[in-house]
Amino acid sequence: MAANKQKEGERVFKEQEKINAELFTLTYGAIVSQLIKDYEDIEEVNTQLEKMGYNIGLRLIDEFLARSNVGRCHEFPETAETIAKVGFKMFLGVVGSVLPNSWNAERTEFSLILEENPLVDFCELPDNYSSLNYCNIICGVIRGALEMVQMRVECRITKSVLRGDDVTEFKITLKERLTDDIPMGDD
Amino acid sequence: VSTQSTGVHLYCVFRTDRSARIRRERMIFNFYIFSRNGTCLYYEEWNIPKEGRTPKAIQEEQKLMFGLLYSLRGFITKTSPKPCETFTYYKTSRYKLHYLETPTGLKFVLNTDKDAPTMTDELKKLHQEYYVEYALKNPLYKLGEPLGACEGFNSRVINFLTSHPEFKRRVVH
Repeated sequence: MAANKQKEGERVFKEQEKINAELFTLTYGAIVSQLIKDYEDIEEVNTQLEKMGYNIGLRLIDEFLARSNVGRCHEFPETAETIAKVGFKMFLGVVGSVLPNSWNAERTEFSLILEENPLVDFCELPDNYSSLNYCNIICGVIRGALEMVQMRVECRITKSVLRGDDVTEFKITLKERLTDDIPMGDD
Repeated sequence: VSTQSTGVHLYCVFRTDRSARIRRERMIFNFYIFSRNGTCLYYEEWNIPKEGRTPKAIQEEQKLMFGLLYSLRGFITKTSPKPCETFTYYKTSRYKLHYLETPTGLKFVLNTDKDAPTMTDELKKLHQEYYVEYALKNPLYKLGEPLGACEGFNSRVINFLTSHPEFKRRVVH
């Protein structure tokens, strides 16, 4: 399954319009700096980054589904592989991996690692900003995107290269599968 | 048939076999986009007589359409002998309804005359090239709001559908 997803990721990435990576990295850095200046409280900046990501994710999922050939994922592990191999490849140009040992017993929680992360290039965190989750926007994107396909998840960063780890690691937990509510008519 | 290019009138006589002469009209009647919760995000109609089509009547019809699609899809997936996600079209003696549903719950519906070919590719294009590019990526468009106000989307969709070969043409066999 992972091999198919990888191939799909490559195919979609090839067809995507691309922008200059440095431009992207530096623009993101500028956004985070501005947020810090505006809010001054690091926790608030983390929240805002996640919220921004959430709004992006709500829209990104439709583009993802339109461009890639992935249909509905039948199980959460399939969703995990799709995000890692197709999703990240399509939008960030890097491939993530799902840590096989990170699954919990009910298969509702996993860790996804990114060995390369274009967002953090050229970036250094000063000591007084150590609680900043620099890549929190990605957590929001995952949460927003999955919510549009009926899954409520929580995503948080558990390892960050800016804090000395060698990879970026996200922990994603499926909280609830949402069901369609039938809208009641007025008549 | 007559041509006047050289001042010479040319008449051709067609011998038609009555049984083989079928006159069909290819038409696209209307196009709906529904959000997951039943809001009709977009609606356009063509080639339908205007009597009795008040805005209220159209709104009722949209609600009815969504209810139908919701129930039909549930019915089809439950009664299908093999597991299936959704349906592509249904056909009656008068019209054909083409359907595309995305995993995000967006429903694209196109009604054509009963002999039209499958419009799945057109619906996919409407999703991928029009909805994603001109509505989703429009920062001024709020998700879940009606798309009629989204000018870029509106004009392109109308253009795409009205210039489609199946839009309105008489096919005589």
